[in-house]
Amino acid sequence: MSHHNENIAAVHGHEEHGGMDKKGIWRVFFVLLALTALEFLIALGFVHHWGIIEKGMFLNVVYIVLTLAKAYYIVAYFMHLKFEKSSFIVCCSVGLLFIVYFIILLLIEGDFLLDAFQSHPVFPNN
Amino acid sequence: MSTTTVSQLDKVKDGPWNGGRSPWNLEYGKIMMWFFLVSDTFTFSAFLIMYGAQKFAQPTWIDADKVFQSIPGIAESGQPLVFVGIMTFILIMSSVTMVLAVDAGHRNKKNEVVKWMLWTILGGLCFLGCQAIEWTHLHHQGFWFGRNPATGLEGEAVAEALAPYFTKDIAYTAALQFANMFFTITGFHGFHVSIGVLLNIIVLCKTLNNTFQKSGSYLMVEKVGLYWHFVDLVWVFVFTFFYLI
Repeated sequence: MSHHNENIAAVHGHEEHGGMDKKGIWRVFFVLLALTALEFLIALGFVHHWGIIEKGMFLNVVYIVLTLAKAYYIVAYFMHLKFEKSSFIVCCSVGLLFIVYFIILLLIEGDFLLDAFQSHPVFPNN
Repeated sequence: MSTTTVSQLDKVKDGPWNGGRSPWNLEYGKIMMWFFLVSDTFTFSAFLIMYGAQKFAQPTWIDADKVFQSIPGIAESGQPLVFVGIMTFILIMSSVTMVLAVDAGHRNKKNEVVKWMLWTILGGLCFLGCQAIEWTHLHHQGFWFGRNPATGLEGEAVAEALAPYFTKDIAYTAALQFANMFFTITGFHGFHVSIGVLLNIIVLCKTLNNTFQKSGSYLMVEKVGLYWHFVDLVWVFVFTFFYLI
C-alpha cells in the first residue's frame, strides 16, 4: 500500500522539484540565443565578412564547444535533468561515454582510410 | 549487548534503493521516455560520427557555405547561413513555448497549456516547411540520395558542374557522400520533428478534451516536451556539423 502511495507522489509531486519559473525559462532562452548569435557572428562576421579567422581546426573546436554549451543548457534546464535525482542523471549520461569512444575510433579509422584508399592504384584484371 | 545487535539487524532499511518507494521519484513513463531518448542519442550520434568519418576519409570536402546560400524568395545566392539561422531560431523558439506549456501544466492552467502547445505546433510546422524548401532547393541543384550535380557527366564536365560547391579540390565522391549524408540525417531528423508535431497535436487534443484536467496531472505534456526538446537538441548538432564546420 505504501508502495502505491509513493508512486502517486512521484506523479503528483513535481512542484516540489523546484527548478524553473517563467523568468528562468526566458533566461535560458536568451543564453541559447546569445550562443547561437555568437556562432553566427563568428561564421558570418569573422570568417566571411572581415576574413579575420580562417576555417580550420581552431574554429571547429570553438564551434563544438559552443554547441556542447547549448546542449548542456537544453538538457539541464529545458529537459529539467539538472533538477532530477543525481543517480538518475548519472544513469542517463554515463552511457554517453561510449559515444566519445566511438568518435575517437571512427575518426582514426577515417583518417587511416584516407591514406589507404589513395596510396595504391587499382589494376584492371582482364 | 547481543540484543542491540539483533535489533539493528532487524531494523527496516529505508534508503532510496531499499524498495517500497520510487528511488528516482519519477513516474514510470517519464523514465522510459528518458531511456528512449538516450537510445535515440546513440542513433543520431552514429549518423553524425559516420559523417565525420567520411569527411576524414575523403581527400577533399564540399564547402557548406557554397551549397546553402539562398534565402527563398529574397536572395538566390551569396547569403550563407541566414536561412538555416531562421530555421534554428524557429526550433529554439518552439522549444521555449514547449517549456512554457509544461510550466502551465504544473500550475493546472488548461488554457495556457493550449495556447503554448498551439505555438509549439506552429513552430514545428514552420520548421518542417523550411526544411521542405531547403530540400527542394538542393534537389533542383542536382543533389539527392545517390546523386550530385555531376551525376551522368564525364571528364572535365564533372569538375565544371561541381566547381561552384567546392573551395578546395573537387571530387565526385565527396559531393556524393555529402548529398547522401545530408538527406539521410536531416531526413531522419525531419522524421523526428514530424512525429513530435503529431504527438503535440495528440496531447493538445487530450488537453482540450479535459483528460489531464480530470486526472489532475499534466505529466503527458512533460513527456512529449522531453521528446520535443530532444529534437531541438539534435538540430543544434546537425546545424553545427553540416552548416558551420
